[in-house]
Amino acid sequence: MTMIFGVPLAVFMGQLMLGLINGAFYALLSLGLAVIFGLLKIINFAHGAQYMLGAFAALLGLQYLGINYWLALLLVPLVVGALGVVIERTLLRRIAHLDHLYGLLLTYGLALIFEGALINFFGVSGSSYPVPEALQGGLNLGFMFLPTYRGWVLVAALVVCLGTWFMIERTRLGAYLRAGTENPALMQAFGVNVPLLITLTYGFGVALAAFAGVLAAPLYPVSPTMGSSLLIVVFAVVVIGGMGSILGAVLTGLGMGLIEGLTKVYYPEAANTVIFLVMVVVLMLRPAGLFGKEA
Amino acid sequence: MTFNKTLLASTIAVTAMMASGAQAQMSNDAVRIGYLADMSGTYRDLAGPGGLEALEMAVEDFGGEVNGVPIEVFSADDRNSADVGANTVRGWIDQQNVDLVAGMVASSVTIAVTKVLEEAGGLGIVSGSAASSITNEHCTPNHIHWVYDTYPLAHGTAKAVVEQGGDTWFMLTADYAFGHALENDVTQVVEEHGGEVVGRVRHPFPTNDFSSYILQAQGSGADIIGLANAGSDTVNAIKTASQFGLTQAGQQLAGLLIFLNDVHAMGLEATQGLLLTTGWYWDMDEQSREWAERYFERMGRMPTMVQAGIYSSTMHYLNAVDAVDTDDPMAVRAQMAETPVEDMFARNGRIREDGRMVHDMYLAEVKTPEESTGEWDLYEIKSTIPADEAYRPLSESQCDLVNQ
Repeated sequence: MTMIFGVPLAVFMGQLMLGLINGAFYALLSLGLAVIFGLLKIINFAHGAQYMLGAFAALLGLQYLGINYWLALLLVPLVVGALGVVIERTLLRRIAHLDHLYGLLLTYGLALIFEGALINFFGVSGSSYPVPEALQGGLNLGFMFLPTYRGWVLVAALVVCLGTWFMIERTRLGAYLRAGTENPALMQAFGVNVPLLITLTYGFGVALAAFAGVLAAPLYPVSPTMGSSLLIVVFAVVVIGGMGSILGAVLTGLGMGLIEGLTKVYYPEAANTVIFLVMVVVLMLRPAGLFGKEA
Repeated sequence: MTFNKTLLASTIAVTAMMASGAQAQMSNDAVRIGYLADMSGTYRDLAGPGGLEALEMAVEDFGGEVNGVPIEVFSADDRNSADVGANTVRGWIDQQNVDLVAGMVASSVTIAVTKVLEEAGGLGIVSGSAASSITNEHCTPNHIHWVYDTYPLAHGTAKAVVEQGGDTWFMLTADYAFGHALENDVTQVVEEHGGEVVGRVRHPFPTNDFSSYILQAQGSGADIIGLANAGSDTVNAIKTASQFGLTQAGQQLAGLLIFLNDVHAMGLEATQGLLLTTGWYWDMDEQSREWAERYFERMGRMPTMVQAGIYSSTMHYLNAVDAVDTDDPMAVRAQMAETPVEDMFARNGRIREDGRMVHDMYLAEVKTPEESTGEWDLYEIKSTIPADEAYRPLSESQCDLVNQ
């Protein structure tokens, strides 16, 4: 059997595949963070909680309203995104003129409130969300048995990431968004409704998190703490990629998934730390991040 | 954990006014019990607020006071951090004169806390932790280990599995004190019975995504994948294994530490047939059922073995305080050890000199959805492991308190 650094090729390939799937989650979540930071200059600490709300909304929708997975994939981002719009209109807007730190504190507080409230009702053991029927079973890739659902997650996440990138970098709306980031006052003078743009952007970023939450629901136990454990890693990914860089967030997310996957084979004890090691090195060599513009 | 200073001040004032000789042996005119547990993290549901409820139930059933002084209950969240746990307990003992520390879940926290208890001359009853090292190399005269530990878990489950023909094992181990202890105990049992551990992977605690480790386990070709982890880690591992078709391909999972709440959360579909060792089950006999139903009325959930153990150990402690007429830790500890434990929790229970409360343990099998008659009808008790055989024999003990 072909061996790579003492690991059979098949196992190695399998780990790369799984790393890529985890990376797709990192990419999807860090993309939302990057979009929000890019336009609103808000470090959205509620992102993990919004991801968790997405998963919970899917679970509760299924249990109480009979909303199936596919409908949830469509509806949940809209509902949670709408909650994001409300948060932006009623809370974030009031502190928009203050230092970024206040936005961070506010969103962090919101995250703790969402998490605490759900822990109170559901505990932390979590519940399981069934894998939709059409995606049950698995594919034999030759080097590994890939559960169909995980394959779907990879495809869906990549499509959404590329779609978002295309919308922001290649469309008129995206051009407004990018211009709004650079110089909101001038945009306003041109007759563009910048406050509306900001509200919708925040709502969109939150909807991305909720979408990731629905994707994650059948994979991981749906529990109130599922977001907070992921959020720190996702922040590290955004820092490595460069704050506010869309493509940077996506590529770094996938890359970090791969690095983490390989660490799990060669030195599993460090799997939770390796991303932070990369972050330290990147910050030392390129403080603006791999894809960030030097200030 | 800010202590209510007003309450303290008024307590002191009242005590000063009614200073009486009869209470001279009770420190601070109150028996104070501090409940330390993971109240919000991955181990919340196996002890957590439900354990606090069990403790308060014991205090109420006891009548709320002992030797004429009130019983006061404190609680704190250790957040599975050894530092937080040790500092909390130090504060409790130094500033608030807490007489008994109860609860204690993550083994790493417990080991740190028992060191504090030993230095400060306090008393602790460990109900939630699993590491057998707590009454082995880490034993102190200041703590008792109540519900279970990794020794009977490994011996009960691993022995049963090897005897059924599962003799090659791959260990999936949580990378901290408890996981290591369990892995060692299992390896020993498997090898003693002619099996072999062909590989292992130590995963960080806690871990959300087990797919990579399950793939490694799959690649190992072992018959049995032993899960030396607990709480949400075990739940995640079992779910992931079923997604990757591990059991369909002929490999079998052996859960070494599975709590009632885990089985309840995963459902019988995913867990049926799983063998496990438990220290208590709510439906095991008349006494346990009667108590569990009272608990259910308060909490809306059936108690885990840890929550039942917290009730049992608190009662045993209060009875001892009552009997010796003092809350002096060493006197109470001695009295507790002299009295056999026979209640809604323990059968043939007694406290050994190393601090281990040995009692009958049970090998259980998770029921199939067809066999189960209700939401909490989850286990079938297959056999009883007698108290004297269940735990590590004193002849193998590394504890300094044991005369060899």
